[in-house]
Amino acid sequence: MKVIVCIKQVPDTTNVRINPETNTLVREGVQSIINPFDVYALEEGVRLKEKHGGTVTVMTMGPPQAESALRDALALGADNAYLVSDRALAGADTLATAYALACAIRKLGGADVILMGRQAIDGDTGQVGPGVAENLGISHVTDIRKIEEITDSRIIVERLLEDGYARLATRLPVVLTVVKEINIPRLPSLKGKLAAKKAQVPVLKAGDIDAEVERLGLNGSPTQVMRIFTPTRPSGGKKFTGDAAATVGALLSELTAAGISIRKSKK
Amino acid sequence: MDPIRVITQNCVGCKLCVKVCPYDAVALTGPLVEGRTDRNTAVIDLGKCTLCGACVEACARYNAIVITRRTFKGQDVALYSGVAIFAEHRRGKIASVVPEIIGAARALAKERASTVSAILVGNGVRAFVDELLSYGVDEIWMIDNPGIGDFDEDVQSELVAEILLEKRPEVFLGGGTVVGRSLLPRVAARILTGLTADCTELSIDPETQLLKQTRPAFGGNIMATILTQNHRPQMATVRHKVMAPAAKVSDPKGNVVELNHIPIPKSKLEFLEFVEEKSATVNLVEADVIVSGGRGIKDPKNFDLIEKLALATGGAVGASRAAVDAGWIPYSHQVGQTGKTVKPTVYIACGISGAIQHLAGMKGSDMIIAINSDPNAPIFDVAHYGIVGDLFQVIPELIKRLDSTGG
Amino acid sequence: MNYFLTEEQTMIRDLAAQIAREKIAPIAAELDESGEFPWDVVKAMGMADLYRVFIPTEYEGLGGGCFEMVLAVEELSRACGGISLSYAASALGTIPIILFGTEEQKKKYLPPLASGEILAAFGLTEPNAGSDAAGIKTTARADGDSYVINGTKQWITNGGEASIYTVIALTDPHRGVRGSSAILVEKGTPGFEFGKKENKMGIRASATRELVFQDCRVPKSNILGKEGMGFLVAMRTLDQSRPGVAAQAVGIAQGALDKAIEYSRERQQFGKSISSFQGIQFILADMATQVEAARALTYAAARSIDAGEKDVSRASAMAKVFASDTAMKVTTDAVQVFGGYGYMKEYPVEKMMRDAKITQIYEGTNQIQREVIALNLIKESVRGARNAAATK
Repeated sequence: MKVIVCIKQVPDTTNVRINPETNTLVREGVQSIINPFDVYALEEGVRLKEKHGGTVTVMTMGPPQAESALRDALALGADNAYLVSDRALAGADTLATAYALACAIRKLGGADVILMGRQAIDGDTGQVGPGVAENLGISHVTDIRKIEEITDSRIIVERLLEDGYARLATRLPVVLTVVKEINIPRLPSLKGKLAAKKAQVPVLKAGDIDAEVERLGLNGSPTQVMRIFTPTRPSGGKKFTGDAAATVGALLSELTAAGISIRKSKK
Repeated sequence: MDPIRVITQNCVGCKLCVKVCPYDAVALTGPLVEGRTDRNTAVIDLGKCTLCGACVEACARYNAIVITRRTFKGQDVALYSGVAIFAEHRRGKIASVVPEIIGAARALAKERASTVSAILVGNGVRAFVDELLSYGVDEIWMIDNPGIGDFDEDVQSELVAEILLEKRPEVFLGGGTVVGRSLLPRVAARILTGLTADCTELSIDPETQLLKQTRPAFGGNIMATILTQNHRPQMATVRHKVMAPAAKVSDPKGNVVELNHIPIPKSKLEFLEFVEEKSATVNLVEADVIVSGGRGIKDPKNFDLIEKLALATGGAVGASRAAVDAGWIPYSHQVGQTGKTVKPTVYIACGISGAIQHLAGMKGSDMIIAINSDPNAPIFDVAHYGIVGDLFQVIPELIKRLDSTGG
Repeated sequence: MNYFLTEEQTMIRDLAAQIAREKIAPIAAELDESGEFPWDVVKAMGMADLYRVFIPTEYEGLGGGCFEMVLAVEELSRACGGISLSYAASALGTIPIILFGTEEQKKKYLPPLASGEILAAFGLTEPNAGSDAAGIKTTARADGDSYVINGTKQWITNGGEASIYTVIALTDPHRGVRGSSAILVEKGTPGFEFGKKENKMGIRASATRELVFQDCRVPKSNILGKEGMGFLVAMRTLDQSRPGVAAQAVGIAQGALDKAIEYSRERQQFGKSISSFQGIQFILADMATQVEAARALTYAAARSIDAGEKDVSRASAMAKVFASDTAMKVTTDAVQVFGGYGYMKEYPVEKMMRDAKITQIYEGTNQIQREVIALNLIKESVRGARNAAATK
């Protein structure tokens, strides 16, 4: 079984803050991590390998420092890693990213199962998985909470929807994006970390992935960021201090005056 | 030419770009410009830069940073008109987000003096025609065929792509639902156009007449406005409960165009079964009112206070990560970066300090009420109303008032 | 403070810290209440290769030494001093095999210990032989190809959960200390039973049981080293593992200090956080200084052992006595900083105070440690005086 896991190195957005005085992003101490959803995808890939045999290849498209994310992934059980990196790839939106990743995957000979997390915590779009599948001309299913079984190239999955889950089957190869309900990722092992330190991580440049140059990077991106701004804080946040009866009374009066009722409506 | 460069002569070394860059890609190591500044000018590390444009915005005053784009050839913009929406449906019901995207579409169509269309594909979907027309849709592009199963997403996306290629709307909107976030990207990749996910604001730029797509990024810490200049349709998804639903029209005048000439492909997906699960999570995400408890609850048995308040407000129970990690309440109730994102009408945060990780999950709430004993808790920065006090006294008082008639 | 760790040491420490944060901290309070053994954590530590750290590479270990083990124990103990014993006590039980095992014994036991598949334990103490270790009564009578063991060991950590036990027994009861031997006994050997699980004040997530031997027959090849070497095995083992106890104490103390600082910032009295009061500030400053001193001494002792220094008993004893006394003081101070809340079980510090106490008692009471240090000082002084006299 050949598994390819696509990961993304992202800033740890849980620690990203806005400096209230300058209204700019505070970067200090913001670590780069593997996108948490991709860690679940990687764990699932390693479990597939443990169950069915084969290899887990991890790849990422990013700047040179994304290599550290690949090494972390190797320590978590991936067999080999590839960094798709080139200045020509910078500024890619999800369309260009999906195209580049698909070219790289095709260059590596494809895979039976291509896994990634359902979304990256910086972009939050969830668009790359379906895009990769479309570019490769293969099936995709998003929001996978369980891979039930794979027998004779037929895979049965559970897809998490808003009101329940759907059980679907399809033939390999397939792109799957996973949700956190799918597993509990293992911790890296020391042997894994030591091996990852020494591992070779080949870099695939734009020229190595047989891509049409005009479809890559900024030039390959139909969407472009026009501006970035910090959201305005809700103004007039009112604070009530005092004993419970007074504060609750004041709050409810304010709400009533604003036309808002939080009392359970009698249906 | 590099896609981003510093116009050194314009740079004054003010460092705003350095501070604002999320990727640490700018440094003041460039040459001094005589007569302009005695500080080093900005230099961008192209190895780290992701062309997000934050520095360009920060340097608006001096215009020293420029991004050049030459996007690959897109569609002929002039041939595209009208605003279309994806009428998502499943198991006999139109998705709850659909009236909201119709509302957004109608506003955009008005700006562009054009019409609103709905793409409706599936089996037995003509049953939804009246409902869609009642929201003011002008034209429904429909394929009603037993070969299109509710869960045959691959068939649906192929048909949607074909319809878009044929009908050429300049804007195509879908819901930011599980299906929407899976189907629309596939369609965009197929017809090679731009798609922006989870927009909180959609408007037509008066000058360029382009669709301005605004959405949060970095866990909600910043907002980005995005344009799709040369490609059509300009696609976007909008999440449930972000925009107001369209008002029903008293006299629906729209028509239906059946596109039965488009061949129906065979699905590669085999639907086995659907298992309904109205879990606590679903109730949480759909709830209009959410009452959440955090570390300030201090003890699992005190969580019943939260439950009582939820009952009194008809709301769902949420929790911060601290409460879940402490084992006081199951993970399905967790709100935050690593839990669920919620956008209720009212979010009542009890004993929650307001760590950014939690705020990321509930900042979008229409109204935030915070109860905390610490006047400096960050939650008060985002709360519309806050009570500084002991929640063990405030909550019972609040419950008492809500349960009593009047007041 | 920076202790200039190598990249690998940093890796070990960070991984132990991750396990502490993600696997131990969430369940510490619950297991303290139930006394349940943390097999899930053992499994996680095994999968992360943490047990490999102090085992030689020839036997599937990572070839680290005492210092690496100390780094791991400290981080684990920061989250829970009881759960960390499922690691530290196994290390204690593994060291005799590393130091004195034959090739065959090492090949048999070290790989499964390295993977965390099985745990080890060390059995010296008896109901009537604590500080007076020489007073042990458990016998191992030679009988053909076997030893037949009779007696009881008391308060053995990992007792009942470990698979392999190093037991110090008298092969020749008439020779006193020189008649003892170290013998490996596997769980499940007929005649080897466990007493009830002790109901302890602290470190309640660790398993403490009696080992009861009734005509327990083991092959003679299970002996570690030679007959008569029992005490040597015990003393050398304890010298090497003592920094582990010190590390446990440092970890517990650090955990308490962290909580105390956090709480002092949150708790408001008289209109401000209590961290603004000098009274509290001075307590915190003293706590932090003491913890750092304990850490530095522990690291120095561990590094000394790894460097192969001949006489490590003084450093080892100093580290243990100072770190454990520090842990007791710091955890008590932490409860004080928490005030009334510190006394309540809902808050984490009373557990830490209960956990800290044992570190002053086991693996050689602090009174014995002081005796060791004093005798060592005097011996050195005597040697110095003799040398001076000799050169006259």
